[in-house]
Amino acid sequence: MNKVLYSSISKKFVMALAGLFLLTFLPVHLAINLMLLNDDPEPFNKAAHFMSTFPFIKVVEVVLFVAIMIHVIWGILLQVQNWIARPVAYKAPNRSDTSPFSRFMIWTGGSIFIFLILHFFNFYFIKLGIVEGDPENFYSVAHNLFKIPAYNIIYWVCFILLGFHLHHAFYSAFQTLGLNHRIWTPVVKVMAAVYAIAIPIGFAYIPFVIWILK
Amino acid sequence: MKVRLKIWRQKNSKSKGAFATYDFDGVSPEMSFLEMLDALNTKLVQEGREPVAFDHDCREGICGSCGMYINGYPHSPVPGITTCHLSMRYFNDGDTITVEPWRAKTFPVIKDLMVDRSAFDKIQVAGGFISVNTGAAPDSNSIPCRKKHADEAFDSASCIGCGACVAACKNASAMLFLSAKISQLALLPQGRIEAKERVREMVSVMDELGFGNCSNTGACEAQCPKGIKLTNIARLNREYYKAF
Repeated sequence: MNKVLYSSISKKFVMALAGLFLLTFLPVHLAINLMLLNDDPEPFNKAAHFMSTFPFIKVVEVVLFVAIMIHVIWGILLQVQNWIARPVAYKAPNRSDTSPFSRFMIWTGGSIFIFLILHFFNFYFIKLGIVEGDPENFYSVAHNLFKIPAYNIIYWVCFILLGFHLHHAFYSAFQTLGLNHRIWTPVVKVMAAVYAIAIPIGFAYIPFVIWILK
Repeated sequence: MKVRLKIWRQKNSKSKGAFATYDFDGVSPEMSFLEMLDALNTKLVQEGREPVAFDHDCREGICGSCGMYINGYPHSPVPGITTCHLSMRYFNDGDTITVEPWRAKTFPVIKDLMVDRSAFDKIQVAGGFISVNTGAAPDSNSIPCRKKHADEAFDSASCIGCGACVAACKNASAMLFLSAKISQLALLPQGRIEAKERVREMVSVMDELGFGNCSNTGACEAQCPKGIKLTNIARLNREYYKAF
């Protein structure tokens, strides 16, 4: 049974499922974040309060953490196996025709994970009481952060890398689940491109307005 | 024409290996790449030097024996052909051509550009067959089969097991090879009977041998001389999930 659970295809299957779940989470997070553009802090704070107290969301939160951890741990494990599979590298760079985004998933993913840790320090740990701050006023916490130029630059770079990651991840998850179709796969690829551009632009737009336009 | 060849020379699997540079004059554009290497070897032998070892057999693009990594491309910079089908007219006078063996833990270098691809045989032996007595030749069309499936099975069966997919993949994964071997049988009624055991065993052996995991980059498809498609890998994944 262990052989099956830890086979290359099973590991990829789990990675794809966890990844797809994370893909559904991002638009929800973005929808709430867009409330930061409202001059009234009330709607955003109410939404943040709802997300941290509603029982169903609490369950989803646990699933989300499990999905992130599985995606990260399995991702690293798979990558280490991949490196071991070619102990001596080619001297001439591989010029096979592939999507450039697909080649750097471990690096784009790793950058996103580092950003996630920073994100936890800035928000989630306030909620847990580990870091000082007002958990009932995340609106002002976010607004203050978005006024720090260095934070915004890190934020934008991370979202560009997230876009690169999502571009390949979206299509790749379907392929790993065995869903490849003459008509639908090209549609999925277009959806992947739209998603990978729209989500990061949506997130990056918020500090742009707060820092530059206001 | 004159070319500068940077060829990987390695005495055996234990030694380290390094590039040797050969300025080779008098190459005809009509020569195939392998004929050019033959000519180089003749010259090296005449000079009392060790010829370059490389794999080759049919030189018709169907045996899967030849294969080397040329200027960053497994087999050839020209898509859809094996090394033996690569013509020297593709290159220009004065070009530098870098030639390496295929590199993967599962494909150890035997000598120079020759690699041991018996790992593929081990995967095949694990289940790439139908275990019934063949008996006399059956009447054609006695077992009904959809035309679409027969065509797809035929396309999958055109895999020559050359290993370019492993060579091209950044993870040295054998998923395209295995998916072709699984598909050619899974698509036909005769192959369905043992489909579950086959995919379980073949995937298990592939993992044990130490091939990398599939990242769906598509490098394998881009470099496959027989045009084996990534749809095969999706089918392999489906077959694997169905086997439990």
